[in-house]
Amino acid sequence: MVVAERKPIQEIMAMVAEYNKILLVGCKGCVTVCCAGGTKEVGILASTLRIARKKEGKPLEIIERTLERQCDPEYIEQVSDVIEKDGVEAILSMACSVGPQYMAKRYNIPVYPALNTTFIGGALEHGVWAEFCQACGNCIIHYFGGICPISRCSKSLFNGPCGGSAKGKCEVSSEIDCAWQLIYDRMKALGKLDELAKVFPVKDWSTSRDGGPRKVVREDMKL
Amino acid sequence: MKSGSRLEKILAAGHFAVTGELGPPRGADVEIIKKKAEHLRGVVDSINVTDNQTSVVRMCSMAVCKILIELGLEPNLQMTCRDRNRIAIQSDLLGAYALGIRNLLCLSGDHNKFGDHPQAKNVFDVDSMQLIQIVKKMRDEGKLLNGQECEGKASFFIGAAVNPFGDPFDFRPIRLAKKIAAGVDFVQTQCIYNMDKFREYMKRVVDMGLAEKCYILAGITPLKSLGMARYMARSVPGLDVPDYYLKRLQGVPKDKQAAEGIKIAVEQIQQIREIPGVAGIHLMAIEWEHRAKEIIEAAGLLPRPEVN
Amino acid sequence: MEFSNWEKEPSNEPVIVAFCCMYCAYAAADAAGSMRLTYPPNVHVILVPCSGRVDELFILQAFENGADGVYVAGCEEGSCHFVSGNFRAKKRVGAVKKILSEIGLESERVEMFNISASQGGLFAKVAREMTERIRSLGIIGWNKS
Repeated sequence: MVVAERKPIQEIMAMVAEYNKILLVGCKGCVTVCCAGGTKEVGILASTLRIARKKEGKPLEIIERTLERQCDPEYIEQVSDVIEKDGVEAILSMACSVGPQYMAKRYNIPVYPALNTTFIGGALEHGVWAEFCQACGNCIIHYFGGICPISRCSKSLFNGPCGGSAKGKCEVSSEIDCAWQLIYDRMKALGKLDELAKVFPVKDWSTSRDGGPRKVVREDMKL
Repeated sequence: MKSGSRLEKILAAGHFAVTGELGPPRGADVEIIKKKAEHLRGVVDSINVTDNQTSVVRMCSMAVCKILIELGLEPNLQMTCRDRNRIAIQSDLLGAYALGIRNLLCLSGDHNKFGDHPQAKNVFDVDSMQLIQIVKKMRDEGKLLNGQECEGKASFFIGAAVNPFGDPFDFRPIRLAKKIAAGVDFVQTQCIYNMDKFREYMKRVVDMGLAEKCYILAGITPLKSLGMARYMARSVPGLDVPDYYLKRLQGVPKDKQAAEGIKIAVEQIQQIREIPGVAGIHLMAIEWEHRAKEIIEAAGLLPRPEVN
Repeated sequence: MEFSNWEKEPSNEPVIVAFCCMYCAYAAADAAGSMRLTYPPNVHVILVPCSGRVDELFILQAFENGADGVYVAGCEEGSCHFVSGNFRAKKRVGAVKKILSEIGLESERVEMFNISASQGGLFAKVAREMTERIRSLGIIGWNKS
C-alpha cells in the first residue's frame, strides 16, 4: 500500500493559518491502514488544531469527513455539499498525495496536504512500515529470490552487494538490511546461487518515472 | 595489449605492480594536485584519481587525470555510478580516452548520505558490473550500449574494486568471477588488515582460476596513528581491522605512532608478496603522499621497472 | 463524548479528568472512599473497562472541552487485567504529550499512572498531586467556552 505519515503540526498550522473554516477530509484506504489519515487520525488532528487555534485566540471551525478513498472522482464528489453550502475556505486532505490533487482538480478553493506520502510498502509489525517498491514499471523480483533490488538496496544494485555490506546491514544505516545479503541467503536456500553468478543486464528505466508521468489504460474496463 | 598503458605493460611483463592514489582538491586549485603528484613520481606505476570519494564534491577525476598526464604521470580514472547516468558515463568515457586516459576503475560509489550533499538525488542508473560491460563493449566491439558504432574506439585497461572482507564472505570470490566475466582486466582490493582472511580469499580465488584471468592488486592503507586505526575499525563500512593493530599502536608513544604505522605497512607488503595470485599492491596513502616513497622503498619495490 | 458536568465549576479551579480502569484504578478509587480518604473535587473520574480503551482522541477532546489536565490510570505494569492495555495507554499518553508540546501546551498536563486495586492511598495521592501540578501550571483559560 501507499504509506504516509502526518506532517508536523506546526507545518499544518502554518498551512491553515489564514482560514477560519476548513474541511478536514480523511481516507479509508491505505492511510487508514498505516494509521496516518483515517477517521481516527482526522479526529485527532481536528481536536489538536482546534485546541491550538483556541490558544491563539483565533478559533478554527473544522468540518470532519472521511471518504472511502480520495483517488476516485465519485468519492471526491461526496463532499460537494460541504464545499458549496457550508462556507468552507480551504480543504485539508489527510489522504495520500493523490487525494489533495483530486480535491484541487474538483474544487476551486485552496487544498493542502496534511500528510507526507513516503513510499509503497507494507507492515513489518503493527506500527512499523517499510519501503518495498519503487514502481519501476517492470517487476523483476523473481530474478532475485522475491526481493526487489531497486527499492531495497540503497544503491539499486542489480549485481550487488557493494563493498559496504557488513553483518547483513547496509552501509547507509544499521537499520537497513543489506538487500543483497537477503537476496544471497534466499537464492542459496532456493538452490539458485548459480543464477547470481550471471551479470544482470542494465535496466530499462523508461517504464519507470524516468520515462515521464505514466498512465495505465484498460480498454476493456472503460465504459 | 589492450590499452598500451604503463600499468598494463608492467603487469603483462610479470612485474609486481605498484599503484598509488591521489584525492582531488575540494576546489579549483591545481597546485595542490601538482604537489601531491610529485611525491608519487617514480614511486608508483600509475595513480588512482578518486571520483567524489565518500560523496564529497571534489574536482572531477577526469580533469585531474589530464593534469597528471601533462605532468608526465600515468593516471587511473575512477568512475562511480552514483552521480551519472549511462548517457553521461559513455560521454565521459569517450572524453577521457580522447584526453589520453587509459586506465579506468569502474565503481559503485559511496552513498550520498556520507558526503557533503546528502540532499542530492542519487543516480545509480547502472551498477559497477554493468559499467564494466559498457566499457568492454566500447573497447572490444567499438559500440555504445545501444549498439551504435563509435567514431573512434576507446580501448581502456578496465579495472574494478573488490572487497574480500565484505559480507557475505562466501559470495565475494563469485563476485570477482562475475566482474571478470563482465570484462575486468585488473582489480584493486579494499585495504587489507586482516591478513588471514585475505589469504583465505586469495586461496579461493586462485582455486577458481581467477588469478590467471585478472591481475589482483592488494590494497594497503598505512595507519598514521592510533586514532586513525580506531576510526577505520569502527566507522568505515566494509573494513576489517583486527585488534592486533590497535594494540600495536597503543604500545607506542604518540610521536612514534606514524613510524610504527609505516613499519606495519611495509610488513604487510612483504606478507602480501608471498601470497599466490597477487600481482601487485595499491597504496592508498591519502593525505600522506609524502610518506609513500619510504614505504615502497623499505618494501624493496624501488626503483620501478622500465617498460617501453 | 460529553463533558458537561464541570461547566458549573468555579472558573479559577483546575479541571482534571481521570480515565480509570475498572479492574484497578477505579477499584482503588472505591477503596479510597471506603478508607474515608479524601481527594480534590477537581478530579472527575471516568470509568473505562481498561486503560487501553483510552484513545488519544479522548484525551485531546477532554482538553478541547475544558479540562486543564488529564491522566490515565491503569493497573500496575505486568498486572493489567487485559494483559497489555496499560502499555498501550502509556504509549498513547506519550503521543499526546508530544502533540501538546507541538502546540505550545505543557506536556506535563497529561500523565499515565499505575495504581493497583488495593492502593486507595495512592489513588488519593495521585489525585492530589496531579491537581497541584495543574494548579501550578495554570488554568487553560481559553478552552472554557
